[in-house]
Amino acid sequence: MTRFHRSISGLLLALVAGAALADASLLNSSYDVARDVYKDYNPLFQKYWKQKTGETLELKQSHGGSSKQVRAVADGLEADVVTMNQANDIEFLAEKGLVAKDWTKKFPNNASPYTSAMVFIVRKGNPKAIKDWSDVAAPGVQMIIPHPKNTGNGRNTYLSAWAWALRQKGGNDKTAQEFLGKLLKNAPLFAAGGRDATTTFMQRGLGDVLITFESEAEMIAKEFGKGNFEVVYPSLTLQTEFPVAVVEKVVDKKGTRKQAQAYLEYLWSKEGQENAAQNYLRPRDAELLKKYAAQFPPVKTFTVDEVFGGANKAFATHFKDGGSFDQIYVQK
Amino acid sequence: MTTKTHRVLPGFGLALGYTLVYLSLLILLPLGGMILKASELGFGQIIDIALGERSLAAFRVTFGASLLAAGINAFFGLIVAWILVRYPFPGKRFVDALVDLPFALPTAVAGITLATLYAGNGWLGQYIEPLGFKVAYTPLGIVVALTFITLPFVVRTLQPVIEDIETEVEEAAASLGASRWQTFVKVIFPAIFPALLTGFALAFARAVGEYGSVIFIAGNLPLISEITPLLIISKLEQYDVLGATALAVVMLALSFILLLTVNLLQWWAANRHKNNEPLEAAAGRAAGGAQ
Repeated sequence: MTRFHRSISGLLLALVAGAALADASLLNSSYDVARDVYKDYNPLFQKYWKQKTGETLELKQSHGGSSKQVRAVADGLEADVVTMNQANDIEFLAEKGLVAKDWTKKFPNNASPYTSAMVFIVRKGNPKAIKDWSDVAAPGVQMIIPHPKNTGNGRNTYLSAWAWALRQKGGNDKTAQEFLGKLLKNAPLFAAGGRDATTTFMQRGLGDVLITFESEAEMIAKEFGKGNFEVVYPSLTLQTEFPVAVVEKVVDKKGTRKQAQAYLEYLWSKEGQENAAQNYLRPRDAELLKKYAAQFPPVKTFTVDEVFGGANKAFATHFKDGGSFDQIYVQK
Repeated sequence: MTTKTHRVLPGFGLALGYTLVYLSLLILLPLGGMILKASELGFGQIIDIALGERSLAAFRVTFGASLLAAGINAFFGLIVAWILVRYPFPGKRFVDALVDLPFALPTAVAGITLATLYAGNGWLGQYIEPLGFKVAYTPLGIVVALTFITLPFVVRTLQPVIEDIETEVEEAAASLGASRWQTFVKVIFPAIFPALLTGFALAFARAVGEYGSVIFIAGNLPLISEITPLLIISKLEQYDVLGATALAVVMLALSFILLLTVNLLQWWAANRHKNNEPLEAAAGRAAGGAQ
């Protein structure tokens, strides 16, 4: 055996040994910004699982754009669980038969362990006096958001504004579409993604208001300093959900159903909820929400199900080709 | 006695077989798969998708900006290549290495950097914008990103060809009385023209497919600054794989036609040059024009 061959077989041996140390392994396929949440959550669950069953679990994370991750799972990436930021991504897996049809019933709260809200980030002192959605659509205001057709973040902004317009006096689909037309005219660009929008607003100093997740505001504070911006809560906004599901086909094949189920259930435990709160996501646990009240001021929200009759329907009406977004742009 | 030509690689059959398998696996199979997938849609449907208002606008932006960027590089890249070959100057190796940087840099990094530079408050943007040139988040930004990305293709294609031109030819032209401009137009340019076309074609092809660097500086506004690759990604995000494939196939066809045209042009230029005049004759002709 040459030296090269020896080192290769040594490497293989090491890999096999490494895998053997863990009794089982789970892969969590998740959206981009969730990296920190699960980086903190995984050791908590590993410890809990070890105490409960004596089993050593290996937990792996895979992150990327939400829809991209789901496409990878549909194409054969062997993820045991998916933790996403849009329900229609998981619906897509349900249609493909990878996830249970009634996946929203498998866990509490619509299978979404924590929530966030779409908020406004404005420059220090709020020079353009932006208080609500109507102010964002006012002439001369520049709004920074990621592309509504391509990002969950951008879609959430669009739906928030649409729902707000519906709830105004005499509001209907037609007035809402007109309002969105005015609002989108104020976007000098569509950022490539959520983080790109943040950089455009904070670093390149473009625009008067950035619309993003409440949880992102803390990241901005950490990165750019708390004194550089203000957070404004509009009168009505979208409660964004972060749905989770077990990938049935994969856990059956790998024999990891028990672990995968427990991994997601534990997100609702005190530790799991506290971890979410520490990552600036609103926990479902009412007591914890109270404990972190300073961090999460009350905000009037609606869910996509309430106003749009489900994620799939909202998606088809507004973002599919020829939907309301395309109509606004092509008719202009 | 028959002499056998000695080849470095083993047998022609083996080498050709390997070439075909390699190209099939890497190029033909994926492209074939794409066309097969697109064939699930009828021809009419593909055309419908391609002729949608947003798609048409995106094709215009993509191919327009790519042609412009390749054109800019054909001109300035030629100057860069010429200077790198012909003039000795301190730090030449460093400058030469700089040319390859756009090759090595992740394109997203290039895009973010360019967007930062050209934004209204960026190093360059703050001086350019008051003059009325908005670069970042406009179609102009796309041209800038594509020009940056495709620079090495022109320079690296031209360098060896310029190196091959013997200075004696220019001296001959000069001694026969040709002016510098005549020498350039009639002697040097015909010699490097085929390579210039190749560089142009490579730069253009690369620009058409570029995604990462562009989306960060383009602004991505529908009908204004959206490139076709972004629409393809957009369709994939909507799980509309067929629609995305249709756009991809149309792009493939358009690129293929354009590249074929450039190749024919290049073949014609190379042939013309080869047939009627060796460089020395061209030098004489240049001088003849001077009389």
